[in-house]
Amino acid sequence: MSAFDLSVITENLPFLWEGLQLSLLLTALAVLGGIVLGTVLALVRLSGFAPLALLAASYVNLIRSMPLILVIFWFYFLVPLVIGRPVGGLYSALIALVLFEAAYYSEIIRAGIQAVPRGNIWAGKATGLNYWQIQRHIVLPQAFRHMLPVLLTQAIILFQDTSLVFVVSLRDFMTATSIVAQKEGRLVEMYTFAAIVYFVICFAASILVRRLKGGTPQ
Amino acid sequence: MIRIDNVSKWFGPMQVLADCSTSVDRGEVVVVCGPSGSGKSTLLKCINGLERVQKGTIVVNGVEVTGRRADLTRLRARLGMVFQHFELYPHMTALDNVCLAQQKVLKRSREEAVAKAMALLKRVGVEEQAHKYPSQLSGGQQQRVAIARGLAMDPVAMLFDEPTSALDPEMINEVLEVMVELAQEGMTMVVVTHEMGFARKVADRVVFMDEGRIVEDAPTEAFFGAPRSERARLFLSKILNHV
Repeated sequence: MSAFDLSVITENLPFLWEGLQLSLLLTALAVLGGIVLGTVLALVRLSGFAPLALLAASYVNLIRSMPLILVIFWFYFLVPLVIGRPVGGLYSALIALVLFEAAYYSEIIRAGIQAVPRGNIWAGKATGLNYWQIQRHIVLPQAFRHMLPVLLTQAIILFQDTSLVFVVSLRDFMTATSIVAQKEGRLVEMYTFAAIVYFVICFAASILVRRLKGGTPQ
Repeated sequence: MIRIDNVSKWFGPMQVLADCSTSVDRGEVVVVCGPSGSGKSTLLKCINGLERVQKGTIVVNGVEVTGRRADLTRLRARLGMVFQHFELYPHMTALDNVCLAQQKVLKRSREEAVAKAMALLKRVGVEEQAHKYPSQLSGGQQQRVAIARGLAMDPVAMLFDEPTSALDPEMINEVLEVMVELAQEGMTMVVVTHEMGFARKVADRVVFMDEGRIVEDAPTEAFFGAPRSERARLFLSKILNHV
């Protein structure tokens, strides 16, 4: 019992792998949804249409003042009330993550859009492109290129934050590790293993970020 | 072609254009000059509606730019504009810079747009740079690509906003040569510039601005021969006599 027993990890590998898959899936979907919704929020805030811009700004500030765990709880109990039937942990967690991440992404994207030279927008206008064409072909491609490292950094944070979905009884990697640790009575081995896995994934991603930063032109 | 009537514009409390009136006929080349801050660039940007005016009217090709419901995107598509700092899209090759609006605004097919773009890039002498990105080009090359981008829309007139003032001296001529050629082919042009040699060579008229006003609007020879206003005389003596 006292020896550092690694067999507990290998024996439970399929179970842990399932957990990791859920963590990665949640991260991927929340990043995707967060960027799409975040882009919309950023464009609305920059649109100059005051009522909508104010609404978007309030949303961003509200969400950013809440702990993620609260938002997850909130949607777990709220969404069934709205649509009249339970939706289960996965969907409510996913909605919460997307809505939460969108607030952070929108701030990153807004800064990226504002960094695009104003003259480029004039040039687009001067050739007869309309607002959406200018955003789609001139502003957003440049903005995203500049933002890529920051967007990825945010994704790394999100990957770590998905461990919070245990509160709606989802079995992500962290939760799976805990279950095994409790069941087998191997806390040290399991939590060390979890730390190593998180470190390897996040560190590899951060190296990628550094590469991207160095490789962006200009 | 372009008619400007009693145009005034303010940035906050500061008046940048005061009662400006002038016109540009089809095929005419008009050079706008004057000290910096005199409103030349602002006036040019008003012509294609990049800046709105508060008073007066501007009519381009029969369309009132200053009208409330002016279809600005359609009008702009027919006016080429070249900027001081080129303003090429840095994430696209020279070729794609010239193709974008052709495909998105004029709805030309990719093949059509590419053919047109290559012909124009060749005409301004940068066809070998077609697949390079703006950051790989010299300033003079970038500005010539920007001219091709404007020409690709088959404009009724071209507007130039200090097209050579951000260039190293040795690159100014390659851009001016392209512009001279355009002028000689009969393109209607409004050029904001300090290049008095260019003005003398191809301009039909020179408009001299100071403090937001059009102080002088005269045929080129008359302007250089005997400017009527003291301000224009002073400006010319400074700009022509510098060593």
